[in-house]
Amino acid sequence: MSAAPTQPADLARRLRATGYLPGESTALVSHLAIALGKPVLVEGPAGVGKTQLAKALAEVLDRRLVRLQCYEGLDEAKALYEWNYRKQLLRIQAESDTASWRDVQDDIFGEEFLLERPLMDAISSPEPVVLLIDEIDKTDQEFEAMLLELLSDFQISVPELGRIEARTRPVVLLTSNNTRELTEALKRRCLYLWLDYPGLEHELEIVRLHTPELGDEITRRLVEVVQMVRELDLKKPPSIAESIDWARALLLLGARDLDQDMFRQTMSVIVKHRADLDVVAERVGVRLAAGASSG
Amino acid sequence: MGAPVAQEGMALRLVDFARELREEGVMTGTSELLDAVAVLREVAWTDRDAFREALAATLAKSQEDRRIFALVFERFFFRATEAAALREGVRESRPPTHEETGDGDAPGELDLEMLRQQIARAVQQGSEGAMRDLARLAIAAFGRPGEGSGVIGVDVQRIRRQLGLRAEPQPELDADDPRAAGLPRDALRRFEALLRRELERGQIERTETLPPSRPLNELDRALPSGPLADLAAVHRVVAQLKRRLKTQGQEHRGARRRTHVDIRRTMRASLQTGGVPVVLKERPVRPRRPEIYVLCDVSTSVTSASVFFLSVLHALHDSFRKMRSFVFIERISEVTDVFERERDFKAVSEAIGRNAGVADISGYTDYGRVWSEFREQVGDDLHRRATIIVLGDARTNGRDPRADIFASIAADAGRTFWLNPEPRLYWNYGDSVISAYERHCRAFECWTTRHLEDFVEALARPTSMSPDP
Repeated sequence: MSAAPTQPADLARRLRATGYLPGESTALVSHLAIALGKPVLVEGPAGVGKTQLAKALAEVLDRRLVRLQCYEGLDEAKALYEWNYRKQLLRIQAESDTASWRDVQDDIFGEEFLLERPLMDAISSPEPVVLLIDEIDKTDQEFEAMLLELLSDFQISVPELGRIEARTRPVVLLTSNNTRELTEALKRRCLYLWLDYPGLEHELEIVRLHTPELGDEITRRLVEVVQMVRELDLKKPPSIAESIDWARALLLLGARDLDQDMFRQTMSVIVKHRADLDVVAERVGVRLAAGASSG
Repeated sequence: MGAPVAQEGMALRLVDFARELREEGVMTGTSELLDAVAVLREVAWTDRDAFREALAATLAKSQEDRRIFALVFERFFFRATEAAALREGVRESRPPTHEETGDGDAPGELDLEMLRQQIARAVQQGSEGAMRDLARLAIAAFGRPGEGSGVIGVDVQRIRRQLGLRAEPQPELDADDPRAAGLPRDALRRFEALLRRELERGQIERTETLPPSRPLNELDRALPSGPLADLAAVHRVVAQLKRRLKTQGQEHRGARRRTHVDIRRTMRASLQTGGVPVVLKERPVRPRRPEIYVLCDVSTSVTSASVFFLSVLHALHDSFRKMRSFVFIERISEVTDVFERERDFKAVSEAIGRNAGVADISGYTDYGRVWSEFREQVGDDLHRRATIIVLGDARTNGRDPRADIFASIAADAGRTFWLNPEPRLYWNYGDSVISAYERHCRAFECWTTRHLEDFVEALARPTSMSPDP
């Protein structure tokens, strides 16, 4: 395992090496999270690389990524742990003749019969991990409250077993699309990082990194158009992943220049609502140069 | 990193800084302050950007807080350096001002025009360094000390006017003049901030005292503030409202309700009895979420209140998933998806101003028509668990109130509330027909967040249905 980075600049450099280009404060806050052992709450619009940041961090730190995808109705049994009752039953039946009840009772609530769910997994892993709790805003407040013990003390209480403390400190990232206000208690325990859509040059760099084969001229044009589209009042503005997809699509089509025809044919890669398509075609499409045939 | 003494001094400053943040409404707890101190061990305080970002990550935990943080950070550390400069008696040599050079005639004018051009170009390119330098020059050239109004805001605007800096296009200028096409608003604002900063610095140096620190004004914070309320307060009250509505009706849930057996939990429980399922476990009956219908009057007679109402609506939407909202003037129009799409309050109110109910504006509310249209659109969906909240002044402009339709709607829904933005004193005067509706619902006067809190209080006591004497 390579040594952990000691400086924000160092971390930024190594994040770059994995193919993730961190923004100004991203590397700094990630560094602080690692140095102080605090969870980070990452907020921002969809598709700006919140989840990707966790993956990149796991790669840089050479750790396993444990991911908990949140959804409405997620409960402890799915997030923390569950008793493997089938196995417990088998255990009871297998030795029902020979063993005394007392032995069995002591036995079936051992760690062997515990099904580890992501959070327990992250905490009890002998190797340190990166824990990603994705889209925390999808759960309800009760689940948030359950997380508090984990986030501040890195421990989980199981009634039958007592307290399970973390063997190693995971780096914890929580992401939120900001669809609802998170509780103060949760925020208080986290560092806060706001990820926004990148600026022109930054996004250009990202797209170039992923599709270096595409010409410089057309890449710049593409990013300019994406930025223009984001300015519009759309249901779903294009994400970074979609601009990369678009660049790949253009590469595949062997496009040399982004003119009106090409734009109309491929715009569905970045715009995915019927109503949005019309707005974009009307407001952005006409600003591009007309097709090669007309001039 | 810094010596321990420096650390301690910095910790003290941070406590002051956190206090200022709290005064501006950013909730900063002690644990967060401790984090901030811990963070400073990792970041050199000499790196201004890293220092600011690190502090922001620990102290400001939402975008709104982040915006206020940036403003307070600027103010706090600017004042801190200026105070230190005063203590140490540091003065800087200023470039000679326009008056001191003595020639205010033709050559000077020429230079001024060049300066205007330069500044406009710097603003257009948005380069921070150039703007800062030019802001000083501009003050030297235009900020004649004798004529200073003493109010910095006024001086900033005067200088900006004299520079001819405007966001709107100025076609009368030469085409190659950077100002002709209009300047980016954002960069203009930054230039104004720089001007203000430099003027403040000058003032501090002249008077050799720090002006009293003034709280950020509401406009700086860019929070939507109606005449009545501030959005954060509304959100707080609505959070309470949500809890109340969620728990209501649970007392009716008896033990004899039908349930399903939860096989997994039953098996698990049976382990205690050696695998024999003695105790049946049932799936818990989850309380159904309340379904809320909100009707909001946006006509001109409630203009002053409608910002408040929209912010209430906005806050409600943040808290409830199963909610449909309507705005109405003469007819109703559903705006549920506007609220679902937009989280920003400003965008919401603009979108509603643009799209909703515009086609049929006579500007006069027609409650009778509103009820019948509402009946048509959602009539069948109404049931005992639904809650209807009407926000309006019940002024029908002399039209038929159709209280009968309203009564049938209220009868179908579980609970119906009316929030009236007029003081109770004015109810039933003129064309207000609130009494016709009040028989079928509970009406509250609601023109401050305090009233909204009263309403939430009342929700908690669902049994006291006795009408006012």
